[in-house]
Amino acid sequence: MGAQKKGATRFSEEPEELARVPLQAILLADSFTTKFRPITLDRPKVLLPLVNVPMINYTLAWLESAGVEEVIVFCCAHSKQVINYLESSEWISHPNFSVTTIESHNSISAGDALRLIYERNVIHGDFVLISGDTVSNMSLTQVLKEHKERKKKDSNAIMTMIIKRSKSSPIIQQSRLGTDELFMAIDPNTKQLLYYEDKADYSKGAICLDKLLLADNPSISLHNDKQDCYIDICSPEVLSLFTDNFDYQHLRRHFVKGLLVDDIMGYKVFTHEIHSNYAARIDNFRSYDSISKDIIQRWTYPFVPDVKFFGNSATKLERQGMYRGSDIVQSRSAEIGSFTVIGNGTRIGNNTKISNSVVGEGCTIGSNVSIEGSYIWDNVIIEDGCKLMHSIVCDGVVIKSGAVLEPGVVLSFKVIIGQQFVVPSYSKVSLFQQPTKQDSDEELEYADNSSGIVETSSMADTVDKSNGQLTSELLDEECGPTYELGTGGVGYIWSICEGSHEEEWRHSIAPIPADKLAEAMQTTDDDLELLTQDGSVLPPSGELKPDSNYSDDNEDPRDDSLYFEKEVEATFLRAVHENIKEDHVILEVNSLRLSYNKLFTDCAGAIFYSLMKLALETPHSSPSELCNSTMDVITKWKKLLKSYLTDIDEQIEVIQKFEEVCLESAKEFSPLFSKILFHLYDKDLIQEDAILKWDDEKKNADEADKVFVKQSEKFIQWLREAPEEDEEEEDEEE
Amino acid sequence: MVDVQGLVDELVSKLRRRKVEGSRATARLTAELLRSVISQSKLPATNQPATLIDAVRGVGEKLIAANPIELAVGNIVRRVLHIIREEGHSNARDAVEGFRLSVGGDNDYIVEQDHLNLSVAAQSSLCRPSLHALLERSPDSATTYFTANSEDDSEEKSKSLDPNARSLEFRRKVISAVNDLIEDINTCHLVIAELAVEHIHHNEVILTFGHSRTVKEFLCAAKEKKRSFGVFVAEGAPKYQGHLLAKELAARGLQTTVITDSAVFAMISRVNMVIVGVHAVMANGGVIGPVGLNMVAFAAQKHAIPFVVVTGTHKLCPLYPNNPEVSLNEMRSPSEVLSFEEFSDCMDYRIGTGASQLHVVNPAFDYVPPELVSLFITDIGGYCPSYMYRLIADYYSSDDVVIQQKHAS
Repeated sequence: MGAQKKGATRFSEEPEELARVPLQAILLADSFTTKFRPITLDRPKVLLPLVNVPMINYTLAWLESAGVEEVIVFCCAHSKQVINYLESSEWISHPNFSVTTIESHNSISAGDALRLIYERNVIHGDFVLISGDTVSNMSLTQVLKEHKERKKKDSNAIMTMIIKRSKSSPIIQQSRLGTDELFMAIDPNTKQLLYYEDKADYSKGAICLDKLLLADNPSISLHNDKQDCYIDICSPEVLSLFTDNFDYQHLRRHFVKGLLVDDIMGYKVFTHEIHSNYAARIDNFRSYDSISKDIIQRWTYPFVPDVKFFGNSATKLERQGMYRGSDIVQSRSAEIGSFTVIGNGTRIGNNTKISNSVVGEGCTIGSNVSIEGSYIWDNVIIEDGCKLMHSIVCDGVVIKSGAVLEPGVVLSFKVIIGQQFVVPSYSKVSLFQQPTKQDSDEELEYADNSSGIVETSSMADTVDKSNGQLTSELLDEECGPTYELGTGGVGYIWSICEGSHEEEWRHSIAPIPADKLAEAMQTTDDDLELLTQDGSVLPPSGELKPDSNYSDDNEDPRDDSLYFEKEVEATFLRAVHENIKEDHVILEVNSLRLSYNKLFTDCAGAIFYSLMKLALETPHSSPSELCNSTMDVITKWKKLLKSYLTDIDEQIEVIQKFEEVCLESAKEFSPLFSKILFHLYDKDLIQEDAILKWDDEKKNADEADKVFVKQSEKFIQWLREAPEEDEEEEDEEE
Repeated sequence: MVDVQGLVDELVSKLRRRKVEGSRATARLTAELLRSVISQSKLPATNQPATLIDAVRGVGEKLIAANPIELAVGNIVRRVLHIIREEGHSNARDAVEGFRLSVGGDNDYIVEQDHLNLSVAAQSSLCRPSLHALLERSPDSATTYFTANSEDDSEEKSKSLDPNARSLEFRRKVISAVNDLIEDINTCHLVIAELAVEHIHHNEVILTFGHSRTVKEFLCAAKEKKRSFGVFVAEGAPKYQGHLLAKELAARGLQTTVITDSAVFAMISRVNMVIVGVHAVMANGGVIGPVGLNMVAFAAQKHAIPFVVVTGTHKLCPLYPNNPEVSLNEMRSPSEVLSFEEFSDCMDYRIGTGASQLHVVNPAFDYVPPELVSLFITDIGGYCPSYMYRLIADYYSSDDVVIQQKHAS
């Protein structure tokens, strides 16, 4: 009887809670990013194996165990593969848990996906929004209850974000999952999210908070030790908000930030922090590595390899965290280290060493192979004497004898690495050529991802037709690949595009190399020094506004300089209109300089800016007229400018300011750049050393920045040749 | 008509995802599921027991594979198989008997009505006679013989005439036997509790470990019989179920003291008896219990204090702990031991060799060898560890012990 009671409570726990409205979840089976390329050209991210189980199963198993009854899987890239996989899986036939799919081919962001789901009108109540690459074992009961209660009290509380404590490393400003440092401001009492910034500018060493935020809230706690789990409990309004704001694309960058900034509608986002449970999202290769290791160490229990949480095959946990499938053929001399997973039917040869790695099903690993910290998927052939360090090796790859994979290598599907070939670290190898167009804009990235899909399907067809033929075809088509990957190798090494080169080591599965770490350490030290310098220069905050010292401390320095510039300009204009003496203007600007805590260089820049603006405002009809008026202005206020241009640094600052003006505020000046520069030189305002130094500095700059250097190339050249003449002249004069 | 396959899948998925916890709940659910399997499966006219055994085995295999650590599943599957076999034998004997009755007339064979007791014929065909049954048979048959004899004749005559009716009768018997099994599972702790007064005396101090319903009922039953005694509860880290038990006992008016697991050795000298509940009892008399139990057993042995295990017969497992099929342990989430958020910084794989320097292991179970156990108190009485094999012979058929291996290979 007692037992019955016990059993009854166990069963009714979750269903009772949710009996009224079945709890729904939207699972985005597409990350709308390209971080897992080139692997994702062949297979969608959600079907990539995570410790030998396709990722989406972790998400679905968790949703099922958390009491979600209906999951809407949104498929976009490789939608057919996802749908076919789900249909053949046991999820479709699962009692009390329905999985439906929505397919779309033209959605390029999470925003589009949610708009489409809204159109379909399938969401009836609160829902869980999650992407198909999330691993968790948390219970939703508590957070759902909180969300519902909040919603009852305040209809504007439409979303609850799950967060978790995870300190990001101070050295590289990244969490252990390889995501950027995240700053959040949370009201400690209501847990309302007030501020969210995941792309903070590290170089400044500061973040910018709205003053109102501090004025409106009695208390704020600012965190940089929280990790966003990307699990959201949303009210149905969220979907309609996406439809109303058709420019919302990214869930966090646009939607959450949009809600926080826009207080017209007054929608609020809340947070829920989980403590002992596990939740994390696979965002990049680094988090793939971290989460795999967490799974092997059983933090995600019961979603661990030896528990059959979905129709996966039997794996047994042996001593020291070794997981072994069935039918493994292993040589006696092979050493399998702890925290290693070996899939079914894998064969391992003599004297092979495997540690901290995951090996998939049906792999053949030869003798004297060393595998360390790597992820080897299914049906991979590794011949004798290979060395793999911290790499990802996809299905069907062949690594010929003696090849070496250096840390951070990613080998996509069916690549063949030639004998004795050394794949350099962080390289990505694929059968497909790298798409040439690389845009930093996320949406465009996706767009060319879709073109990648087309390519994929055609390629996949050929693969299906005949594997051998493909190899020969590829060889015929391009002589490159054979050469690129050693003798007998097939595939292309993707070049790392300029922008992401810096990021490569941050997101790779390889541990951060020591030199990078030292480098990063160095820069942080510098930053710290910089910060302390700034701190010492800052006036005591009490002097400014006693009531808001906190906010002033947090103000962006850029704002400050903007105000300063405006003040200087106003002072200058007053001088122009009221014919104030130059000395007085200098006095006024100096006092401004002190109160805004600026350097002389800033003054020079600001005054020059004001001069240019004045020149621009004097009516003109042609560039030559503008040029003349500018020269007039400069001549007239020569003394004022001169008094700030005593140093070479100040002169360079003026040149840079001039560039900035030409590029941003007054494009009319850009064709006149060299002329005016010459004029400044002529009037002795800028010395040739400053111009030459400026030129030197620009040598390493980007093409875009060199426009003006090029324009004034002749002038600079003349300057470079001139000195001797000058000297001669001077000599003659003497 | 209930969808049996659906029910099976449901329980399988629950077991897989570790949603059912505790051997009693698991045992009850398994027995209930098997009951519906038996009632729903289609039986051919001939060789019914074999068909039924196959059906139950098929389901049992799935259930066992779903959670190999929960031994109660396998126990119940074997118990049910055993019931079917026995009923099959008695049925076969009945048929023979009916035939004889119809042909030869009035041969007076002893007919047993109580299907739980083994018939002589069934016993002889089962290689091992059940001592328990042998002892209990004579009074039972003596009482039932005369009262039931007359109607028995007619019943058996009709059965021999109508195979359909006999099949129904067979199924009915099996189901009622399974019902008895479920009843036993549900009430075993009450039966065990009745024995409490014989073991707990005035002014004694009892040490227990973790949380067990059986232990709770046992102690409360002694309390109700006006025994006054003290209880020490070791908290049972990392699940701290001992806290729960201590609260419940205190609410029932027992003098309760909570101690840490590590204080067991310090406190054991004041204790008169250790009473614990376990996860499973193995065929050699060893037990699998919550982690830390072995230490308590050692402490008890060191101070020559009786270490008593209270357990229902459904926890009795016919396997030996050295059997490769027995997964002795379940590694649970380390977060029960260490908070992930606190230690996630230590699990940064980016630095150094890429391997974490921090590992946390959280085994759920401990194995206590039989030599450390003084006594088992079960719903059928108290037994020494060395007697366990005998009980197993009573409850399980030797054919079923290797059920998993047969199907796994």
